[in-house]
Amino acid sequence: MEAKEHYKANELTDLSKDTIDGEIATINFGPTHPSTHGIFQNVLQVDGEKIVSAEQTVGYIHRAFEKLAERRPYNQITPITDRLNYCSSPINNIGWEMTVEKLIGAEIPKRVQYMRVIIMELARIADHLICDSVIGVDAGALTSFFYPFTEREKIYELYEEICGARLTTNIGRIGGFERDFNETFHTKLKSFLKTFPPAFEEFNSMLERNRIFMDRTKGAGPISAERALNYSFTGPNLRAAGVDYDVRVAQPYSSYEDFDFNIPVGVNGDTYDRFMVRQEEIRQSMRIIQQAYSNLPEGPYKADLPEFFLPPKAEVYNQMEALIYHFKIIMGETHIPAGEVYHAVEGGNGELGYYLISDGGRNPYRLQFRRPCFIYYQAYPEMIKGMTISDAVLTLSSMNVIAGELDA
Amino acid sequence: MDTALLIEKFSLVIIVFLISLGIAAYSTYFERKLAAWIQDRIGPDRAGPFGLLQPIADGVKMFMKEDFIPKNSDKWLFIIGPGISMFTALITSTIIPWGPPIEIFGRQISLQIADFNIGVLFIFGVVSIGVYGIMIGGWASNNKYSLFGAIRASSQMISYELAMGISLITIILLTGSLSLTDIVKSQHGMNWNIFYQPVCFLIFFICSLAETNRAPFDLAECESELVGGYHTEYSSMKLGLFLFAEYVSMFISSALMAILFFGGYNFPGMDYFDGNTLAILGVLAFFTKTFLFIFVFMWIRWTIPRFRFDQLMHLGWKTLIPAAIINMLITAIVIAFNKGWF
Repeated sequence: MEAKEHYKANELTDLSKDTIDGEIATINFGPTHPSTHGIFQNVLQVDGEKIVSAEQTVGYIHRAFEKLAERRPYNQITPITDRLNYCSSPINNIGWEMTVEKLIGAEIPKRVQYMRVIIMELARIADHLICDSVIGVDAGALTSFFYPFTEREKIYELYEEICGARLTTNIGRIGGFERDFNETFHTKLKSFLKTFPPAFEEFNSMLERNRIFMDRTKGAGPISAERALNYSFTGPNLRAAGVDYDVRVAQPYSSYEDFDFNIPVGVNGDTYDRFMVRQEEIRQSMRIIQQAYSNLPEGPYKADLPEFFLPPKAEVYNQMEALIYHFKIIMGETHIPAGEVYHAVEGGNGELGYYLISDGGRNPYRLQFRRPCFIYYQAYPEMIKGMTISDAVLTLSSMNVIAGELDA
Repeated sequence: MDTALLIEKFSLVIIVFLISLGIAAYSTYFERKLAAWIQDRIGPDRAGPFGLLQPIADGVKMFMKEDFIPKNSDKWLFIIGPGISMFTALITSTIIPWGPPIEIFGRQISLQIADFNIGVLFIFGVVSIGVYGIMIGGWASNNKYSLFGAIRASSQMISYELAMGISLITIILLTGSLSLTDIVKSQHGMNWNIFYQPVCFLIFFICSLAETNRAPFDLAECESELVGGYHTEYSSMKLGLFLFAEYVSMFISSALMAILFFGGYNFPGMDYFDGNTLAILGVLAFFTKTFLFIFVFMWIRWTIPRFRFDQLMHLGWKTLIPAAIINMLITAIVIAFNKGWF
């Protein structure tokens, strides 16, 4: 009864033309449903297969990151950002480091900026590969999941060469990197640049023009550009709706203005457009990596910020300053000047923003993550209204809502 | 009825039963291996050489699991469901002609358990009952996802049975008989029905995919949407029976396609052989064709995505049934024309 009233009251879609025959059932889509890929709950009111209304729940894996950050020294917040969008943690890490650098006004060497671009674009490729292959899985094509994973593994090996970790990378430091790219990294990156494009096109050919896949995804979970902007969508999901907003171009950071790349946009904002936008972005990311790698400038791999880099042990034992810095870093007593800063990077899912207020102490006074997934998930009930359960599954995976980023 | 005939039929029943089960068991192994090869993996290789004991390990695992019956389910229907699925999957094998007659101890033994003169109708009857297993199982589970699976399965099977039945009328028109033995005999040598009725074969093949609940028509279990579909609440060997029934019916469907369209045990150059040599070669030819179809079934499953429910219905009602009817009419007219009725 309640659902029927809700159904009539809903003016967002033209469902009112249809009539409900029979009863409305309530089903729990999540939190332990296989296709929610994480812990989301949606309570769906369904009339047969058709979704009459949906209500989403957030907070199943809320870990209070923003509050945690208020008690941590700045360099210890980087591992927290790993756990936001864990499919592309290097972007989160580097975004956070750049936020602090922006606040202290540090000058970052060109080489560091280019190195960061390479890593962030690798992370974007890994992120988009997961999202697109999972759309295939949810559409029923399990094989499309395994093809790109061979290539994604190579990206993880590249992370390993830089920082030793694969998933929760904690890559880089505030002001640069703890070490330069090593020889293995260069070899592996060169081989990746060679082997990835054909492998990617092979994966692409499995789904892109597949008739069943197109029928399934076209028109599934659409959102108009206007509604998307009203929800403050960013990233691939907004671009799929036809708005060419990309933080890398709108507010270039880390020397993105040096590179030549295109921003793909969709038309309908449906699942197929989101898939296609991500696929094209992978190709564009490859272009950026190629440009950045071939023009990688010589120079230091870290900025002149001794308060963020542990000095060599030999100096710690013999020099006064080095000992002081060592002590301050280990004890987390690196103070940051008071100020307020917002910095955004184009994350795997959209504009990933860090709003940081410092009162001059050893840890932030307040830190707010602008998490794109949190915003997408708000629009989810509207997008799946009037669709079938199958469409709801595809919409969720194509928006790439990641539980870690949703709940922070 | 003499005792020898009873013994003959009884041993044939046992052999066919064991072969069906054995092939179904090894289909699961082959499916996993094939999926692994398609996906660039290794697949099961721990149990026995090349993982060949995997189906046995799976069976033992299934039996050892706790047999759980949900509290609010309808207990008897919950138990009957998988049984019906398995029964209907296996019983179709009775009318399949496995090979040419064989001669043992001076007796002419037909490699077919029962030669019904209404073989094709019998298949449809049994296949229609097959959906009851899934429906009853899904309904008795008292789970909304199971119910969704059951509803999807029943409407899917009813829709695709129509197209299947209409498409097969053309084969009956060509042969002039409902008996599977006659249909096979009419395709002597290379005179296979596929060369006369390619459209009919295509429709029948698509419908077979739907009837056996295989991808891209596996909407009844559809793990990404309905958790486990109709068998969400099932555990232990009851789940095993459901899964097993799918493989048995896949084997039977492949066998039917081989019989109806690819000549069954007929093979080119069969006139050069006779007696038991012909029988053995015929059985080999039959199983080669059957395995080929099983391979195609699996190949499809691991290659393409699945349909959405409404698209499935559209394909069934708006494409396959009209195509089958047109194909039937054209065949009928051509046959009538050949017989000089115009």
